[in-house]
Amino acid sequence: MNPAQRSAWLGSGAVFAAFVALWWAASHAGWISRVFLPTPEATLASLHEGLASGGELIAFMLATTARMLQGWLLASLMGVALGALIGVSPTVRATLQPTLEFVRPLPASALLPLAIAMFGLSPGMVLFVVAFGALWPVLLATVHGFAAVEPRLVEVAHCLQLSRAAFVWKIGLPNALPDILAGMRLSMTVSLIVAVVGEMIASQPGLGQAILLAARAFRASELFAGIALLGVIGFVSNALLSLAERKLLNWQSP
Amino acid sequence: MLDDHTPSAEYGKRPSGRVGPGLGRHGAAARALLRPWWFPSALLALFELYTRTLAKGSDSLAPPSAALRAFAGAFTDGSLFQATAFTLASAALGLAIGATLGVTLGIALGLSKRAARLSVVTVEMLRPVPSVALIPLAMLVFGFGLRMEFSVVAFATFWPMLLLTQAAVAQVDARLLEVSQVLGLSPLQRSLKIVLPAIVPRLFIALRLGVAVSLVVAVTVEIAANPNGMGYAMMIAQQSLDPALMLAWLGWIGVVGFAVNAAALRLQRWVARRMGAVA
Repeated sequence: MNPAQRSAWLGSGAVFAAFVALWWAASHAGWISRVFLPTPEATLASLHEGLASGGELIAFMLATTARMLQGWLLASLMGVALGALIGVSPTVRATLQPTLEFVRPLPASALLPLAIAMFGLSPGMVLFVVAFGALWPVLLATVHGFAAVEPRLVEVAHCLQLSRAAFVWKIGLPNALPDILAGMRLSMTVSLIVAVVGEMIASQPGLGQAILLAARAFRASELFAGIALLGVIGFVSNALLSLAERKLLNWQSP
Repeated sequence: MLDDHTPSAEYGKRPSGRVGPGLGRHGAAARALLRPWWFPSALLALFELYTRTLAKGSDSLAPPSAALRAFAGAFTDGSLFQATAFTLASAALGLAIGATLGVTLGIALGLSKRAARLSVVTVEMLRPVPSVALIPLAMLVFGFGLRMEFSVVAFATFWPMLLLTQAAVAQVDARLLEVSQVLGLSPLQRSLKIVLPAIVPRLFIALRLGVAVSLVVAVTVEIAANPNGMGYAMMIAQQSLDPALMLAWLGWIGVVGFAVNAAALRLQRWVARRMGAVA
């Protein structure tokens, strides 16, 4: 890190610290009621208490993360497999794509009532909705990646008399990889959101349920601690995925 | 739509002129027109058959025909319009607030490199917070109703608008900014007279994304907490064991989402054409 970069980071960190100071002042001076806005110390204390050994926040955080990751992995596998099946055949693509485009803007959470009616208030139900909601970004991105294969590569595959499976494996998937990874990143965000909403509605243990209960009991510091932890999950998962994206797509940039 | 049907990018069919045998040009045109429909129709028919035979009298599923009847009921008693209007209004209001703030701050951060550098940590710390995490907070602060819903929508739409506006400003032609310097424009004049018109096509691309996000978040808030709007109507139909009405709402939410997104796409393309940009 050169000095210019370091000073940029320091300045930027100072701005963040200034915001926290503003928060401190606002809650201590009573500009905003402490019912809504706890002091930074109280939030930190709640975080500390929940994350210390035996604290319940750490278990909730793990439960939410596990739910998100399971749904996301299921969605990614299904999305790539289905997307490859649909994308490789122009006829299937033309037949199914209008339906897929119609379903895409449907909020994933709108499926929660249907899933509750079908499966009851169970962890499996939440997982189903998480996976279903996270499926669309990957599926549509894979279909798009397959549709955008360079025509000359298709001709090469014909000349080499590649089978359909070999075409998918050797040309289709590598070509669609940037699209797939972008879709997987979006679907990670969707997974976290749907997991939290699912926990809120179906009362499954996790951060979603924890923050809802904290708000209902007017325990603002615990609510803020939960929101902060959800932010941490979002930040870390996104950072890991962009790292993976850079590593996996290294071969594409000469 | 994402699909650009590049006919050459198909596999399994040789590109060597394969002419559809038997069917004439009219037949082929009719087939192309019908093609998007048969898959959803077959799916609905199967579902109808399943719910009429194996899952007859179920408390959780209902045949699509019953859902259609329930939809007609909601249409005639006016609950359809009330709930739809509530959801669309709070989504629009939240989007208006989130977009205004996002675009204003985005222009500021796009124009000033120093401001952008200084805001990095704050933006990166707040942006990954999932919007639904704010539902309990909004509930605590505003109680139920319009305000809690549009505040969550505003938070959710703020970040994409901010980042896309910032990126759009970064791509404004440097010569335009030099012109504004030569003319001695103040920062405000520069933003309003030079930068804002230059980024309009890209702004509408961002707005299209914002529209999609706002509707999804609005329905999610209603399903999770707020006892108003389409999401709640669907939730209450499920809880009162009225699967036909629940499916009617699900279908209607899908139709509204599709229509709103399609309208946003048309608006964006129209603006892009009017501004002479290739979007």
